[in-house]
Amino acid sequence: MLNTADILETIQMIREENLDIRTITMGISLWDCVSEDEKRFSDKIYDKITRTAERLVAVGQDIEKTYGIPIVHKRVSVTPLSLVGGALSPDGYVRAAHALQRAAETLGINFIGGFSALVHKGMTNSAANLIAAIPQALSETELVCSSVNVATTKAGINMDAIRLMGSTIRKTASLTADRNSIGCAKLVVFANAPEDNPFMAGAFHGVGEPENVINVGVSGPGVVSSAIKRAGDCDLSVLAEVIKKTAFKITRVGQLVATEAAKRLGVPFGIVDLSLAPTPAVGDSVAHILEDMGLESCGAHGTTACLAMLNDAVKKGGVMASGHVGGLSGAFIPVSEDAGMIAAVERGALSIEKLEAMTAVCSVGLDMIAVPGDTPEDVICGIIADEISIGVVNTKTTAVRVIPAVGKTAGDSVDFGGLLGTAPIMPLRAYSPAKFISRGGRIPAPIHSLKN
Amino acid sequence: MKAVITVTGRDSVGIIAAVSAYCAERSVNIQDISQSVLSEFFAMIMLTDIDSMKGTFADFADGLAELGRKRGLDIRAMHEDIFNTMHHV
Repeated sequence: MLNTADILETIQMIREENLDIRTITMGISLWDCVSEDEKRFSDKIYDKITRTAERLVAVGQDIEKTYGIPIVHKRVSVTPLSLVGGALSPDGYVRAAHALQRAAETLGINFIGGFSALVHKGMTNSAANLIAAIPQALSETELVCSSVNVATTKAGINMDAIRLMGSTIRKTASLTADRNSIGCAKLVVFANAPEDNPFMAGAFHGVGEPENVINVGVSGPGVVSSAIKRAGDCDLSVLAEVIKKTAFKITRVGQLVATEAAKRLGVPFGIVDLSLAPTPAVGDSVAHILEDMGLESCGAHGTTACLAMLNDAVKKGGVMASGHVGGLSGAFIPVSEDAGMIAAVERGALSIEKLEAMTAVCSVGLDMIAVPGDTPEDVICGIIADEISIGVVNTKTTAVRVIPAVGKTAGDSVDFGGLLGTAPIMPLRAYSPAKFISRGGRIPAPIHSLKN
Repeated sequence: MKAVITVTGRDSVGIIAAVSAYCAERSVNIQDISQSVLSEFFAMIMLTDIDSMKGTFADFADGLAELGRKRGLDIRAMHEDIFNTMHHV
């Protein structure tokens, strides 16, 4: 039986606390689009994507109305293009990126992911051609997202690939210099990339996935923040319970929407991603949750412990609420997309080193971090290598989405608009890792006994 | 299938009448109403049966939201499952 207090609580979460479903992402296999002919390949992927996801946006909007909950994004992820692109030249991959862009426009979705390569152990010619195409592809399209997996816990770290990504990020920044180097906001370098991630820019439809699938990402930092404020001066055991219960409720809505979308679209349900995904909107910040937990500012000593507890409680609450959990699952800490993170950086409380430590205990990694435009390639490679090694050694996903904003220096900021937000340019260490990076080769996979 | 209509905002004459008339026009049967007024703040919850509803649920919900806007109220219609799944294990 429905209870008045429960109903009003739900309404309040949606109306006052920004509860929403962050994304319904349809994964689409492109294996049957393989072709030697570059034009034919592009035509086939356009046709397959637009045919398969034809009803995605309409069904998403209908579910929003039925349950009265906003579904912010409807998106598509596809098989990593380097796996199905086969004989494509770099120009052929750029053409394919345009086909993805057209498909996204036709469908009315706001991002499409899968301009991706998996090169954690080595690089095929096809992957090398795709990576060579990334700067041009991202500068000439708006909705296409790219990711490259450069390491796994089992394979180790492909440092040659990291070196290549350092120069790819610099080239992408230069080609989109007139737009605040926004191309880099659509490019993620991964360790242990998940195959069922519904969130951009890192979403792709992995090799173990079915023909099509529906994955859902939930949100809700505002709801968690309000629940913590209501809990008052309780101890951390009680606070963990409060977060778990809130995460359960948020995730249940995600599960409901995911099953309903899967049913209406006739596509299998994949996973719910148990995420706290912030937006630049007031009241939708993960940093503010940490401050509600008792920090004067995000970035203070104690931030990593706070985030570790928050992330764990979100997972514990969410796991019971969903049939299948996957994707990135955890709190996201993208700097530019979180009003509290931006404020913490601007007041000098949050540094890139603290962010790096935080990524050891939560989802994703160094995300949406703007650095000076003249940052040398080897320093970008060093940032990537540090972050990727945290993922590899701790058997978790980590990623780097770093934007060397051309023409900007530490203390400036860049505005990407919309959900990508505003990024303060963060200062970096001046010392060079050039010799280490130039060695190339692979860092061997870590040992999994003798843990310390 | 059941839907929950919630009306929140400043109290005024005729809120229940307006929402009830809107439901009747669309053959939506009201099964239960609870309301409370707390220092001029009005909260009403209606449980309705929408099996015989005329038109789509989206149109029904949009119409209610519009009715609310005209009167300075927040009116929402939501499928009961969102409350059941969120609050019941």
